[in-house]
Amino acid sequence: MFEYAPAPESRDIVDIKPSYGLFIDGEFVDGTGAPFKTINPATEETLAEVATASGEDVDRAVQAARKAFGVWSAMPGSERAKYLFRIARIIQERSRELAVLETLDNGKPIREARDVDLPLVAAHFFYYAGWADKLDYAGYGPGPKPLGVAGQVIPWNFPLLMLAWKIAPALACGNTVVLKPAETTPLTALLFAEICRQAELPPGVVNIVTGAGETGAAVVNHPDVNKVAFTGSTEVGRLIARNVAGSGKKVTLELGGKAANIVFDDAAIDQAVEGIVNGIFFNQGHVCCAGSRLLVQESIAEELLESLKRRLSLLRLGDPMDKNTDIGAINSSTQLARVRELSDIGEAEGAERWSPACALPERGFWFPPTIFTGVAQSHRIARDEVFGPVLAMLTFRTPAEAVEKANNTPYGLSAGVWTEKGSRILWMADRLRAGVVWANTFNKFDPTSPFGGYKESGYGREGGRHGLEAYLDV
Amino acid sequence: MTSSLADVASSNATLRAFLHGLPGVDRVGADQRAAMLGTRSIKTTAKAAAIDLAIRMVDLTTLEGADTPGKVRAMCAKAVHPDPGDPSVPKVAAVCVYPDLVAQAVESLGGSGVKVASVATAFPSGRSSLDVKVADTALAVAAGADEIDMVIDRGAFLAGDYLKVFEEIAAIKAACGQAHLKVILETGELATYDNVRRASWLAMMAGGDFIKTSTGKVQPAATPSVTLIMLEAVRDFLATTGRKVGVKPAGGIRTTKDAIKMLVLVNETAGEDWLHPDWFRLGASTLLNDLLMQRQKMATGRYAGSDYFTLD
Amino acid sequence: MSKTEAAARLAVRKTYKLYIGGAFPRSESGRSYPVTSSKGEFLANASKASRKDARDAVSAARKAFGGWSGATAYNRGQILYRIAEMLEGRRAQFVAELAEAGTKKAGDVVDAAIDRLVWYAGWSDKITSVAGAANPVAGPYFNLSSPEPTGVVAVIAPDEPLLGLVSVIAPVIVTGNTCVVVASERAPLPSITLAEVLATSDLPGGVVNILTGSVKEIAPWLAAHMDVNAIDLTGVADDDLAVTCEQAAAENLKRVLRPAAADWYADPGLKHMTAFLETKTVWHPTGI
Repeated sequence: MFEYAPAPESRDIVDIKPSYGLFIDGEFVDGTGAPFKTINPATEETLAEVATASGEDVDRAVQAARKAFGVWSAMPGSERAKYLFRIARIIQERSRELAVLETLDNGKPIREARDVDLPLVAAHFFYYAGWADKLDYAGYGPGPKPLGVAGQVIPWNFPLLMLAWKIAPALACGNTVVLKPAETTPLTALLFAEICRQAELPPGVVNIVTGAGETGAAVVNHPDVNKVAFTGSTEVGRLIARNVAGSGKKVTLELGGKAANIVFDDAAIDQAVEGIVNGIFFNQGHVCCAGSRLLVQESIAEELLESLKRRLSLLRLGDPMDKNTDIGAINSSTQLARVRELSDIGEAEGAERWSPACALPERGFWFPPTIFTGVAQSHRIARDEVFGPVLAMLTFRTPAEAVEKANNTPYGLSAGVWTEKGSRILWMADRLRAGVVWANTFNKFDPTSPFGGYKESGYGREGGRHGLEAYLDV
Repeated sequence: MTSSLADVASSNATLRAFLHGLPGVDRVGADQRAAMLGTRSIKTTAKAAAIDLAIRMVDLTTLEGADTPGKVRAMCAKAVHPDPGDPSVPKVAAVCVYPDLVAQAVESLGGSGVKVASVATAFPSGRSSLDVKVADTALAVAAGADEIDMVIDRGAFLAGDYLKVFEEIAAIKAACGQAHLKVILETGELATYDNVRRASWLAMMAGGDFIKTSTGKVQPAATPSVTLIMLEAVRDFLATTGRKVGVKPAGGIRTTKDAIKMLVLVNETAGEDWLHPDWFRLGASTLLNDLLMQRQKMATGRYAGSDYFTLD
Repeated sequence: MSKTEAAARLAVRKTYKLYIGGAFPRSESGRSYPVTSSKGEFLANASKASRKDARDAVSAARKAFGGWSGATAYNRGQILYRIAEMLEGRRAQFVAELAEAGTKKAGDVVDAAIDRLVWYAGWSDKITSVAGAANPVAGPYFNLSSPEPTGVVAVIAPDEPLLGLVSVIAPVIVTGNTCVVVASERAPLPSITLAEVLATSDLPGGVVNILTGSVKEIAPWLAAHMDVNAIDLTGVADDDLAVTCEQAAAENLKRVLRPAAADWYADPGLKHMTAFLETKTVWHPTGI
């Protein structure tokens, strides 16, 4: 037997304050709404009390951003660039601290926070820092102008990474921002506010307002906001799109998904198995582009399922702070209830449910990695976004059928194709109605690569040269 | 071998069809999996157990033109008592020498239980006739080798003459008699991971008891990725044929960290059934001292110095 | 270095050597030449590189090309940014060195040089998006064009110390080329101090090699060298020499960037990058 002894990351590296205020105009200030608690989903322990921004607080934040917009947008791009480079460097310097805090507040494994989230966060700031003085070359005509104040609302699955995706391009283009992090994961955004101060970013350029849906609505609906950027559920995205109608605000939405991960019989099987696992169990499946529908060519379905089950049995679920943990905690009791409900419906609808033998910790929110087989297109687990570690497996016979099934959803965020045949990858990619198609890999992100959805997965792109468009008046 | 595989080696064409029908290996994906497993954090009790297991898996090796009976005697002493000051340190699995020094190794090791492995078959290039290779093997076996580490004919493999490689391995296996046969693929010369997988199957089908990455004379040698692919191969071969084959990464494993990464690869690929010196070996020369130094660090709580460990 | 200071304590002077393959050798020829300020005061002896030094520098650049061009754009950008950081850290030293040599507004020159590095650092992972394209060919093919570095580039640096030097080195290496630079003959000292910055910035040895000496002596050897892929003649002030070099470069069809008047403070545009990029187009069928 080779049992790995506990290898916990030290939490002493991060100093969590008992309570946090809002970050407005370069200062930490009290909120006027009723404060809320943010907890560690792995233990249900309260981490801190956090201010709720009321409509008034949001208004102050927007005013601060408006005032700062004058200075910030008039500053030479090369100077804005240097601020963003500074921020990127401080993120690199404090990455271990940020990773630990992210894991504590979110429940994701420290290995992922450390090896995926944080490097991408820093890289994103580096990338957009470089655009700040090159906007003339971005393909939107000479001297493209910023929009003004950006109201940004982000989700809890990648708190700091989503912040980076929102703030870095906005600032590079000369906008100022009011950002609302998710109510279950506000802490890294507040630590980021401290980083803005260390970087001596002019006050008001970045404002962080915490709170729940009402605060988010106040940000999005504020009349002096020129741009709305939202990542979250399709339901809320639809509401935002309706609310901003007629306001002239520019909007980008990055919403839900139900990605098909399509495996052909000639795939590199061992890597496909890894890709399937990474596609759905990365970050507990709390990934909008997760490969939640596995479409397998019928001729290899049984063999693949066996390999997949063997691989799932090796996943290490437990303390997110343990460096060897593969699957952490579900982010909240609400989300756990939803994952449970949809899984129960899956079973009731006749799909076969399987999880490896896997002890769940007593406290905290946990769900074992789960596969449903015998799933039909009509089942809800094949249609609804579960946003959890639940994989629905279906089969197909021909490439055309795979495309048809993959596209048979209102979503269109991402898709995966596994085959050793290059021309088939490209043929599939041509026909898949999804904003990102991964071939022989999955869940890969890079600041240079645009990301975003077709259909009800939202509109607009984040990342790359294309990501600038969302923050320029073009 | 099961009957379904029995016909595979009936001609080069059938052998080729079979080997090229194995699932491909995506290099990027394989490297990422190996790298991810390399991040496993093995601490405290797990580390102590892993170090002792790694020591028990070491094939302590000297394969130099300058090897002498004195050098082999000294290495054998080290193999039996890796740390003369600490009797709790286990013996290594085997020593690995050239055929002409097998007799010396056998004599030096006496009844210690440490096995004698010998490279053979015109090691390391393998560039000779089958007759010479068989004779080379027979020489080592006759001198008392328990294990033979043969090299495959990489030239024949890369030229697509799989049958020649197969038949040569089978002939050496026959010449081994009771001795265990480890088949060195020299993955650094096979270049692609697809080739590593094919060569692994070829060696197993031809009767190899172990598949081994490298001679140690070619770079890259025992990378985590090729070890991963070979571990997948033995896992799949067992599932297909019911016969279990061992794996030996050799070359470039110098630190305790390297060795522990290998054990993690075994644990999470082929599975813990392979975590035994009968099924997994580490071919190395300098690794042993690093394992001893780490072992001492864990016992005393302070970092060890190389002056306190024997050089042999 | 005023006389009173010298009286108080004798300064330890720096030996200016070449920068080849990450090391600082003297010229194999054993030669040096005196460098003076604009007022004619002696500053230091600089190494006078020979054709053999140039040959060694090309070998070093070629050896470094695989690793540097194969590094991720992100990694190259990080390293260029690191060079900017290290240059900022030595700002005072450069300002003093430039002022001593007679450069006016030396502080502005150094600031502009640092910002220039930051500007090019940002291009590392953007030039492909700007200069590359997905091409809608009329047929069932995926078709993608991307810029790739051309290889080893010989660079004749302009006399504009530091800012001009940085402005010709950064665009060459940011895309993955390696280079052999012939420093300004009149004001070579900042180039060797810059080499000290490069040597401590995680830049792999051999990516930038710097020679000091006679441009007229070395440039033709580099222009004719068959293992050099391109030459930047920006710093060649002598029209005849420029033509000679361009003619020599024709032998293996080196890419040539001709001398042109430059405002070193203006937006540099893409010219110095695109001159040393190849475009590679990849075709692949699409079909089941």
